[in-house]
This record gives sequence, C-alpha cells and structure tokens, in this order.
Amino acid sequence: MDMSQYLEIFIEESKEHLQSLNECLLQLENEPHNMELLNEVFRVAHTLKGMAGTMGFTKMQTLTHDMENALSAIRNGKIQVDGNLIDLLFQCLDALENYIEEIINTGSEGKESYEILIQKLNQFLSGDSQKEEEQKASKEEQNVNKEEQAILSLSEYEQNAIRTGFQQGYQAYAITVYLNASCVLKSARAFIVFRTLERYGEIIKSTPAVEDIEDEKFDLEFSVVILSQEEKEKFTKDILSIAEIVDVKITEIREETHLKNPEQPKASTQENTQSLTKVDQNEEHENRVKPRAGKTVRVDIERLDTLMNLVSELIIVKNSLEDVDRRAEQNFNESIEYLERITTNLHDAVMKVRMVPVERVFNRFPRMIRDLSRQLEKEIHLEMSGEETELDRTVIDEIGDPLIHLLRNAADHGLETTEDRIKKGKSASGHVYLRAYQDGNNVVIEVEDDGRGIDAKIIKQKALEKGVITSETAENMSEQELVELLFQPSFSTAATVTDVSGRGVGLDVVKTKIEALGGDIEVKTKLGKGSKFIVRLPLTLAIIQALMVQVGDEKYAIPLNTIQTIEDIPISEIKSVQKQEVIVLRNTVIPIVRLHAILDVPEKEKEKNTLTIVIVRKGEKQAGFVVDGLLGQQEIVIKSIGQYLSYIKMIAGATILGDGEVALILDVNTLV
Amino acid sequence: MNENKQYVVVVLDQEQFGIDIQQIETIIRMRDITRVPQAPFFIKGVVNLRGDIIPVMSLRLKFGLDSDEYSHNTRIVIIKTEEHCIGMIVDEVREVVEFSQESIETIQRLAIGSEQKWIQGVGKTDQQIVTLLNINTLMEELLPNKE
Repeated sequence: MDMSQYLEIFIEESKEHLQSLNECLLQLENEPHNMELLNEVFRVAHTLKGMAGTMGFTKMQTLTHDMENALSAIRNGKIQVDGNLIDLLFQCLDALENYIEEIINTGSEGKESYEILIQKLNQFLSGDSQKEEEQKASKEEQNVNKEEQAILSLSEYEQNAIRTGFQQGYQAYAITVYLNASCVLKSARAFIVFRTLERYGEIIKSTPAVEDIEDEKFDLEFSVVILSQEEKEKFTKDILSIAEIVDVKITEIREETHLKNPEQPKASTQENTQSLTKVDQNEEHENRVKPRAGKTVRVDIERLDTLMNLVSELIIVKNSLEDVDRRAEQNFNESIEYLERITTNLHDAVMKVRMVPVERVFNRFPRMIRDLSRQLEKEIHLEMSGEETELDRTVIDEIGDPLIHLLRNAADHGLETTEDRIKKGKSASGHVYLRAYQDGNNVVIEVEDDGRGIDAKIIKQKALEKGVITSETAENMSEQELVELLFQPSFSTAATVTDVSGRGVGLDVVKTKIEALGGDIEVKTKLGKGSKFIVRLPLTLAIIQALMVQVGDEKYAIPLNTIQTIEDIPISEIKSVQKQEVIVLRNTVIPIVRLHAILDVPEKEKEKNTLTIVIVRKGEKQAGFVVDGLLGQQEIVIKSIGQYLSYIKMIAGATILGDGEVALILDVNTLV
Repeated sequence: MNENKQYVVVVLDQEQFGIDIQQIETIIRMRDITRVPQAPFFIKGVVNLRGDIIPVMSLRLKFGLDSDEYSHNTRIVIIKTEEHCIGMIVDEVREVVEFSQESIETIQRLAIGSEQKWIQGVGKTDQQIVTLLNINTLMEELLPNKE
C-alpha cells in the first residue's frame, strides 16, 4: 500500500506528539508520582508506536515499544523515576526526533536502530543496574538451554524475517557453538564459524551481538539464528570441522512453537539484537524513491472561512465593476472603494494564514535548558512569556538557531556558577527569561539573564588583543559601543571554551542570521545584574516597506529598514579618497555609490548642483546611494526574479507596482 | 492514440520556427520590460505575468540575429517547464501546425548559425518548412550554473 500520501500528516502529528512527550517528561521529572502525567506520556508513546507501525517504520516502532515497556513498568511501580531514567527517555526522544528528521529528508527512517538505547531501556526494566542484570543472566544460563534463549529473545522484526523466510521455503535454526577452553583467538574462530554459516544462508541474529563477538566480549560459546535451505546435519559437520570447536547444538525453529503472534507485545527479555537480514520489506522501502515532505502550515478553519468570504466579496465587486458602464459614475467610485477595502482585508487574512505562534520554536527550550542545567551544573530557571505571539512561518523556521545560541550564551556565560551567585548574595538558581511580544510591525524577542552582565573593560582588552580596534579608537568608544563589539566576527569572551558555547563563532553569526531575516539585534547589559539581548523581527518577509527611487528612467526599491537618512549633498562636498568618492556626514566618512554606474543606467544629461543621496546601513557599514529622485515610500510584495537571474546578487527580488510594471529591489547587503 | 505533435509556428527574421505546444504556457503581446542590470545580453529583462515575475529573452539576440524591432505583431511566448518559466520574444506568431513523427526530419546543418543543439529537427508539410526548436536544451543552457 502506498503510504506516501499520509507521510506529511504522519510527520506533522509525530512532531506534535514528540513535543507533548517532551513537555510531559519535563514535568514528570519534577513530579515523579503524578499518575495522570505518566498516563499521558504512556498514551502518547503508544499512539506514536501505532503511527510508526502503520507507516511501516519498524525501527521507530521497536524503539517506542520499548519505551512503552519502561513506562508501563514505572506505572506499575516496578521501577522508580529518577534523573537517569528521565535522561534515558529523553535520549530515546532525541532518537525518535532523528528518525522523523530522516523521514522528512529521505522518506525512510534510515538505518540507525539505536540498539544501545533499547538495551539500556531493557536494563532499567530488568533491574536497576547492569550488575544485577548480568548476575541474573548468568543464573538463567544454567537453567535454560542456550538455543531456546536465543529464540526467546528474537525481536518482532526478526521474527517477521523468519516468517518471511518460511514462506520462501527456508528453515530457521538456532545454533550454539562451544569453543575449546584453550582457544586463543576466540573472535577469529567465531569469524570462521560465521563465514561457514553465511555460505548456507542468512544470519539473522547473534547472541552476543556481532560487535561484541569481534571484541571477544563473550565466553566460550555464542548463539546465532540462521535462515537456510540446508539440513542441520550439514552445519554440524562443517562447524565441527573448524579447529577448536568443541560442540555444536542446533535447534530447529518452528513457527507454532517458537514464534509469537506479532500482535502480542513481546516479553521484556534481554535483547542485544543486531539485524543482519536483507530479507526485509523495509529495505525495499528505501529503494523506492519517496517524496520529500513539503512545508506545511496548519491553518485555523476560521481563518480560512474569512479568506473564503473575502474572495466571494471580491467576486461581487468584480461583477459590479463589469456592468459599471451602464450605471452612473458614482457607482464606479463606490465599487472601487469597496474593492480597496476588500483587498486590504484579503491581504491581512492571507498574512494571518502564514502566521504561526512562536510557541513552535519556544517549546523546545525548556528541555534544552534542563539539559544545560545538568550539564553545566547550574540551577537554571527558564521563564517564558508571549508564546502566543505570531510570526511568519518563514521567519519561524529560521529563528530557532539564533535563539538557541542566545539562550546557551545566557546559561553558559551569562549566569554565574551557583557558588558565585551565593557569594554575591543572589538567589542560588539563575533565571533566564525569554519573552516575545508584538511591537507595531515588528515582533520583539528578548533573551535576558540575571547573571554577571558583560564587562566592557574585558571586551576592550580582548578587542585590543585581537586587533579589532586600535587603542585610540578604544579610548573614544562608549561602553555601549564596546559591548556591541561582541557582534564582531570571532569574538568570544568566555575565558574557558566549554562544550556549550564559546568556540569563537557566536554572536556575529546570530547577528548575520537575524539581519538576513530583515531584523536586528541589540544588547543591554548591567555589570553584576545581567544582560538582555533584544531581537527585533519583521512580522513577515513577503511584504516590506520600501523607498521607491528613480535612477535614470528606471525605478528601484530600497528596503526601508536599511535606510538611515536621505540627504541632499552639494557636489562640492564630495571628496575622493583613494579613488573612492566619499562624503563626510556628521563626522563619519561614508563612501558613495553611483547607482547609475553600477546598474548601467544612462545618466541624465544635466549635472545637478546637489545630489540626492540615500544613506543605507548594513551592520556597521554605511554607504550613500546617489539617486535621481525619490518617488515615495510604498508597501511592496517581494517576488523572486526566478532562477535564471538568481546569480545577479545586487538584485534582491522584484515587485509589481500599481500600474502592473515591475520594479527591482536592490540588495543593500551586496551593494554596501 | 494520435502520434502527431502540435507546434506553434513563430517567425524570426522571416524564418519559421516551431515550438512544441505542450511547453507553451501562454502567448502575450509585447509589453514594457523591466531591464535587469548585469543580465546576459539576450535577456531583455523581466515582465509581470499575472503577478509572477518572468524573465524575457530575445531569441533574435540569442541566435545572433539583428536586435528586435517591436511591431504590433511582436509577441512574447511564455515557455513553461517543470520548474521554470521564461518568455521568448518573437517577431510574429503565425499558426499551429501538426506534424506526424514521419514528417519530422533531423537535420545536420541549418541556415541559422551553428547552434544545432537548440534545433530538434525540421518539420515539413506540403507548403512549408518549419525548424523545430529544442526548448529543453535552450532553457537548460540559461540556468546560472551553465554560465
């Protein structure tokens, strides 16, 4: 059955489920005895398992199944919730997230099966520590026949492989090989045995796992399960002919007696599975080209209704415009006004459809802070507000990484260690605040900590060391200016480089990213009190405010947020420094760019006495664009100029003007 | 099933060219084209087609002919492949003709430059000869990585 049509739904829903698992586990850590939470976690895990199973993602299913086992043991009071268990469950969650990621990218769940996690889960299940586990196992060994044990520990997946084998006329055998006690190169012997067996069929499973055997992590015997068309006597003979093999025991696996019904959850047995089979429908899966999942936005039905209503109104206006000839002039104006109102509303409505609450990004942060808190051994409280603030989907997708960076910085560099905090008379646990709110046409996201703050003096010293500034300029810089040096490339003030942050790539990357999104970032800090990073983002990327300018006979748009001022400069004030035309404006030297020249526009004949110069800013750099005239500010819709022309870097896109004409948008970043 | 293929016949410098009708999105009248700085010489600029920005090229310039003189017959043929759209300026759009597989002849040398790879073959009817353009190679060539 072709499941690809459900793939998108599966991905969306799995993400939601993983998120709620995440939240529940976080809470569970704090309230280990909250039965309701536990039930919720269990329910979600169960749904995930079912979904993965339906879609044929067996590895995901196996992992969730084992998580479910662990959870059910907690529920029955067999094991206690502790930090380690929660950590493990979180690791499983990460593994599941990786699966989903893989599915999004390739359409299949990939090859990684997270055996270690499954093993660990089962260790938790069968006892608290590894030792007990081993003791138990060794006791059992004396009682239970080895082969039976190997059969018992077959996973559902392996059982399926065996069943498929039966259908194709294969026999399945569980074989235990005993080595001579004086055997020196055990792994080499085992390797020969494996080689011999592989001639006859397919090895499905080995106990211990193949890696362990290679590392000689086994006693004098090991077991394998094999699918073959040969008789078992043949194996016995061949294996015994290998040197240093003392004995071989072979049991034939029969479907009725040994394999469990696939619907039944398997008993929680010790499991060090290593899947070697190639007879697996999953592999076929991978070979087929799967469609990649597209980007989707979940839309509130009400918003769609509004859209629908507006469109129907639009049709009414169109109709009334159609027979406007036959009616009076007044009607025409009325219709036009009506049309205007509708298009404005339509625009708003469509914008809203693209909006997603920042919660989508925020909701992974509590977990991250928890991990950081354990890792850094600091007590950290994350307080979030304004999760419901909405941003354009395209912005949401991009903003995650910069925010993670800022939060990590806050936790790692911003907050002091617990001892230091107590010494300074602060509360032992540090606070990180993450706030989002709307401010006009912008959304503001603040990351604040109540840590040590940023010391301008240290930055000054660092900047001098690294040669970012000279000592003269340093003298003239205000504290704020010094702090803003943090956004310069390769500037990390952390004395020690930690795993968490501080590898020298940092805030400059954050800044670049945010600027690419059309936003900006600033920092406020108070020594000893903490610092605050303020990120300002445009509500949407698709529509921006722009200044329309005239260059020769052509019209160009310059994004308004890049423009600092517009100046009329007399020609006499234009100086030349190293063949570069510059102007001096309020004590800053600003290079000027003749747009005519760069855009190959024929210049108008008469040379004017004053030039109109639009001063734009990109990060720290400024430039003045010489234009022929200003046409006014306009809200423009950004359109791509297509792949054929995408290599022209100085054009950021195009927009359609009121008269249907196309105007190009200048890419200030490349022109400065 | 009908094996015949339909081609739109356009005129460039008095010569007739055929474009597979399946690859044509629409044909529009000449309109103002916004020049794009730094674009290749044969790309005249971009136009707005129902809200989409579409680059427009001059087939004349691409084929090494004299530059276009726009008249009331000048048209922009909008070609659409799976991912991309591009407009091609032609002197005139004449008609739609149908060619069976047999009546299409692959040809070694053509009067118009040496750019054979843009030519698919020549379609013949009783009255006329139409050079059939290979739009796919023409468009592939335009992608930036070929620059």
